[in-house]
Amino acid sequence: MQLSTDPVITVRDGSFGYGDRAVVTHVDLDLHPGDVVAVLGPNGSGKTTLVKGLLGLDAHLGGDVELFGVPRRQFRDHARIGYVPQRHSLSASVRATVSEIVAVGRLPHRPWWRRASARDHQAVRDALQTVGLLDRADAEVATLSGGQQRRVLIARALAGDADVLVMDEPTAGVDAANQEVLATVLESLAAQGRTMLVVTHELEALELIVNRIVCIRAGIVDFDGSPQAYAAHEVAHARDHVHHHPHVLDEEPTTIVDDAGPLDAHEHRGAGHG
Amino acid sequence: MGELFGLEFMQHALIAAVLVGLAAPSVGVFLVQRRMSLIGDGMGHVALAGVAIGLLTGQEPVLTALLLTVAGAVAIELIRIAGRASADIALAVMFYGGMALGVVLISKSSASSPANLTAYLFGSILTTSRTDIVVFAVLAVIVLAVTTVLRQRLFAVANDPEYARTIGLPVTALNLVLAVLTAVTVVTAMRVVGLLLISALMILPNATGQVLGRSFRSAVRWAVLVGVVCSVGGVVGSYYASTPSGGTIVLAAIVVYLAAVVGGAIRARVGARRHRAAESHEHEHGPGCGHPAVRHGNHVDYLHDGHLHAAHEGHYDEHRPPVEAGDDRSDALTREPR
Repeated sequence: MQLSTDPVITVRDGSFGYGDRAVVTHVDLDLHPGDVVAVLGPNGSGKTTLVKGLLGLDAHLGGDVELFGVPRRQFRDHARIGYVPQRHSLSASVRATVSEIVAVGRLPHRPWWRRASARDHQAVRDALQTVGLLDRADAEVATLSGGQQRRVLIARALAGDADVLVMDEPTAGVDAANQEVLATVLESLAAQGRTMLVVTHELEALELIVNRIVCIRAGIVDFDGSPQAYAAHEVAHARDHVHHHPHVLDEEPTTIVDDAGPLDAHEHRGAGHG
Repeated sequence: MGELFGLEFMQHALIAAVLVGLAAPSVGVFLVQRRMSLIGDGMGHVALAGVAIGLLTGQEPVLTALLLTVAGAVAIELIRIAGRASADIALAVMFYGGMALGVVLISKSSASSPANLTAYLFGSILTTSRTDIVVFAVLAVIVLAVTTVLRQRLFAVANDPEYARTIGLPVTALNLVLAVLTAVTVVTAMRVVGLLLISALMILPNATGQVLGRSFRSAVRWAVLVGVVCSVGGVVGSYYASTPSGGTIVLAAIVVYLAAVVGGAIRARVGARRHRAAESHEHEHGPGCGHPAVRHGNHVDYLHDGHLHAAHEGHYDEHRPPVEAGDDRSDALTREPR
């Protein structure tokens, strides 16, 4: 997607937390264009804190963070990062349709006084097409299933034409049918060459697309390398520790049937990147 | 009815009612969205102290009320941002302090009488002067313009403040704008609805809008329509029934809300009888899911083992296969177009 190989995200000796309490420390991380990195680790290890720290949502307590080569505090080109937060459900205090939520992703592209343009509307439709929810564009978000709402959040990030997607547990707590759809969506994004940083504790849905794994344990980066090296690392880790980690990579990889439906043959955009 | 529009004070009252009916629900929807439906009530209390200061010092009460309420609104937002455990108590102190100060100061003012206090608390359309109308019109236009232009941004910030921050929206500034708009609306509406019922006109039309609308946008439109109808209807009703305008308007809004709820329930009952859900469905249809998609009127069905499945809320409906021409029962099982 991008020709540049300059790092998208660089962290040097970063520490992040709440208030003045550090949750993750001594983080070194480089994310390059085209990377699909899974951030793994047990609950409470600091995965979400790391991601929120990168985005400036949680306190950044030390070290350097650069986004597209710009120190985080000076970074203003917000549209380049598409954040998919971990939400069990979308706020249901008032009615809102799927496209109304996704349209929020377009807001950084125009000044406050300008109305949504035809291009904004098209970007919303394209994003919904990518996550397979175009037929639900006018449905109320509150009526969608948990997995569909997760895809709405992904579409919101996609609508902004971000250069990197930062996702926090996109597949957690989603039923099997939607897991499969989400895996397909993530695969198609990877096939387009999207750079992705995905926090997860279920590697299964991402196995086919991840080219690097970062594992966080007890607030420090415990592993950073290829999926193959990670499998070996896990075996060693399980041998050294009594409590072992739930991810076993030598299972059968999930097979995803990728046969297209008749409506996307003439509507699908941007296939064939990467 | 004709004589009504011939009276100058009624003309003023009706203009004020239209302005308030437009502005109050436009701001109120964001308060509902942020689950702060009662905040307008508290601001009404603060506004009373502002009115009292005006009466006591000989300034224009609308002006002093506006200044004090805006200051109070900003303070409320800052207290919320600080997020202390005692924030709730701080708000209570401010609201009750405002009301108490207002009552005490008004009793000391030579220009005022108990009737004057009642007029501010419950609304007194008859005392609205030409100057008041001009001030209210300017304020209402500002409120409408800002909520219209910033609608998507205010929506984004109320919907998911964390995400809004990551896309660079000025979350705190937008929340302060909303707080100030709420304060301005409270002051604009105080002569028509009264400070004690002001919040009702911001919230109740939105309750109806939430029942009737099918999107955020349409819910807001319904709310504004209901707001204008109820405030104008309430003013006219209060003229004929010799009742206070504020209470009459709010009762009208409640009647409309209850009618919408009952109507919605009947419609849902009828709709449930007309639609048939597919058997337990483990599969998620979508482009590329492997099942042929079939265009069916205004939506897409998926052909699944000889059944047509259409997404409906959290499940799939059984739709009838396309029938040959001449079959007058076609569409019998499809849901109504939206």
